[in-house]
Amino acid sequence: MISLALDSKPRLPRGVRLKHDAVRNEWTLLAPERVLKADLVAVEILKRCTGDATITAIVDDLASAFKADRTRIESDVQTFLADLAAKRMIDL
Amino acid sequence: MTAITPRDLPAPIGLLAELTHRCPLGCPYCSNPIELDARAGELDTATWQRVFGEAAALGILHVHLSGGEPLTRRDLADLVAHCAHVGLYTNLITSGVGLTRPVMTRLAEAGLDHVQLSIQDSEATSADHIAGYQGAFARKREAAALVQEAGLPLTVNAVIHRANVARAGAMVALAITLGARRVEIAHTQYYGWGLRNRSALMPSRDEAKRAIAEIERLKVLHAGTIVIDHVAPDYHARYPKACMGGWARRSLNVTPSGRVLPCHAAETIPGLEFWSVATHALSTIWADSPAFQAYRGTDWMQEPCRSCARKEIDWGGCRCQALALAGDAAATDPVCMLSPNHAVVAAIAEAEGVQPVAEGPIDYVYRRMPARSGASSASD
Ligand SMILES: C[S@@+](CC[C@H](N)C(=O)[O-])C[C@H]1O[C@@H](n2cnc3c(N)ncnc32)[C@H](O)[C@@H]1O
Ligand code: SF4
Ligand code: SF4
Repeated sequence: MISLALDSKPRLPRGVRLKHDAVRNEWTLLAPERVLKADLVAVEILKRCTGDATITAIVDDLASAFKADRTRIESDVQTFLADLAAKRMIDL
Repeated sequence: MTAITPRDLPAPIGLLAELTHRCPLGCPYCSNPIELDARAGELDTATWQRVFGEAAALGILHVHLSGGEPLTRRDLADLVAHCAHVGLYTNLITSGVGLTRPVMTRLAEAGLDHVQLSIQDSEATSADHIAGYQGAFARKREAAALVQEAGLPLTVNAVIHRANVARAGAMVALAITLGARRVEIAHTQYYGWGLRNRSALMPSRDEAKRAIAEIERLKVLHAGTIVIDHVAPDYHARYPKACMGGWARRSLNVTPSGRVLPCHAAETIPGLEFWSVATHALSTIWADSPAFQAYRGTDWMQEPCRSCARKEIDWGGCRCQALALAGDAAATDPVCMLSPNHAVVAAIAEAEGVQPVAEGPIDYVYRRMPARSGASSASD
């Protein structure tokens, strides 16, 4: 698994978007030929991938918002975003 | 599994909208039917917009705007805008011929999400010969640049057959040069015009195997640069693929004149009754159309599928392939090693082995509209 630079600012590229699917009542990440179900953690990460915040800032923000262990959050964010990057579904 | 009641019927995810059968190109591998729909019978703008609204309400997420060549529809930007309005993700599947800067700008402004551009080969002369259209290759380069300029993500699609099989890797390289994030390498599926041209298209088994191995190698090599989706023929597999993710489980296909099909080749199966968007709502068609019900779920299955543990994994494979190879659309897909007709597949794989290597331009029956159908010439 590649490790992403903590100062990179992840952003959903055009053609990849988060959508609430009203019919199935769930969040989905829509991309070319791909539909990924987004669980609550994924939605919270993706909402912060605006291209303005660094990975460090996103992790800090999530850790304080959810009063959770920062180390765990950082590894969750890394794993999640590295997977999206491999699918070319996020720009860094 | 028992008969499907509307309650446990899964909502479809994708809609393939074949907006028109008109096309300036004449690809001999084209999967469109030999009997192409004439322009006069095409659904109008308002009807397509109604269908897209019904699709969104039904749970469809992706709409693939295809054809024929969708750019021949003058109302394309209006259709894209309506899809965006009802929340659908739009994918334009195009040859690129007809994609000018003003058209690209209008489509991008209308909210188009993604473009999938098909290429015929990595070399201009061969590509133009396959397309049956002088200058197509150069136009595709321009089209790719316009997509980039508009900031839209690009997928390149290449269909592999005898004339280009030696350059499968070079086509991946071209896709990278063109700025694609994704490339689809699909070995020709023999439907419609592709079936008509089968003997001219079938690569030798060695060439096909080399191409498959090369693409698999490039997949690893280019991980993170370009995503390679590889649709390899399943003749050498042990079990079939879940064709369409299962009949009438995930997607619908609407033809230019409005017939709704469970897959784009479903019309090759005789005796199926298809309903039209002109007479039925999309949700009614999805739930009740005889063609959708025919092979939905597992009740229709024969042995060995009926008592097989994999029946809800691969759904018995491809119905069209079962018809073509076993003579019965309800049979187990003969690709499956458990099929009593599996020997047919082995025989075809053998026959492939004797195809000559391509030398010089191959003669094709190009995909064309019948001249006097009123369907108009390909270029209008
Ligand atoms: C029928 S075309 C219509 C859209 C547009 N004219 C184009 O060629 O991109 C839709 C897609 O199917 C692919 N295709 C056509 N015939 C095929 C076949 N026999 N097997 C696999 N893919 C095929 C094309 O390359 C294209 O990506
Ligand atoms: S002839 Fe070629 S360009 Fe035209 S619809 Fe068929 S595959 Fe697409
Ligand atoms: S017997 Fe039918 S269900 Fe079982 S693996 Fe073969 S095709 Fe699939």
